[in-house]
Amino acid sequence: MAISLDKLVGFHQKALSVRSDRMEVISGNLANANTPGYKARDINFNKAMKSAQYEQGGLVKTNDKHLSGRSQMQAEIEFRVPDQADTGDGNTVDAQVERNNFLENGMRYQAGIMILTGKIKGMRKALGGGQG
Amino acid sequence: MSLFNIMKIASTGMGAESVRLNSTASNIANANSVSSSYEETYKARHPVFAAALDQASSDMSKGAGVKVLGIVESTKPLQVEYAPGNPLADENGYIYKPNVNIVEEMADMLSASKGYETNVQIADTTKRIFRRVLQLGQGQ
Repeated sequence: MAISLDKLVGFHQKALSVRSDRMEVISGNLANANTPGYKARDINFNKAMKSAQYEQGGLVKTNDKHLSGRSQMQAEIEFRVPDQADTGDGNTVDAQVERNNFLENGMRYQAGIMILTGKIKGMRKALGGGQG
Repeated sequence: MSLFNIMKIASTGMGAESVRLNSTASNIANANSVSSSYEETYKARHPVFAAALDQASSDMSKGAGVKVLGIVESTKPLQVEYAPGNPLADENGYIYKPNVNIVEEMADMLSASKGYETNVQIADTTKRIFRRVLQLGQGQ
């Protein structure tokens, strides 16, 4: 039985990368909290996770001139539906909502890191044969 | 590495908000600077923000930073006051006061400082998370 390190971290690593993408989108929203006409955006985590799971590393390039076939992430970015009327400048960023989202997302990211740390610890123990 | 992109976005936000604070400070400081002609009088200045979407698509980042497109001078009419005793009065005895609305500027200042604060917090949270990532797998 071979030990697959890829399997050990596989799923969580993808989750973390989607989480960090989401943090990026939300921080963009907050940076543009006062930009006229800016529409708040967010990543649909479910969709992003699904496409990350089935991602096969993109299309095969057989020629230098081929485009890389990895543009799947942009599709999961969706505009947020504003829950209050337009304040006059066409901006739909709700700073409080975005801050909470950022915080929640950050905590989930940290939880992912904790889980990964646990897995690595377990693997170390297994490799050391319980000798320390 | 997208965690660095978050830092970059937060810093564009901080930069833009500080430009806004800067123009507010200049407006308030000059709220009472009178002059003797319409052209010479200070006019309220406000920055125009825009999402930096072009940069976002070029370096494959998901979020968009903010940039300051420019600073526009307010076109509201100036306050003209009859004050023949003022040394700056023109030949008809009028002085011109800037079109700065102090109440508006104060509200703008609060909004800018809150926006700045939010961006600082984002950078701080990102830093903490990044540190956790660097420590991944260390220790017993």
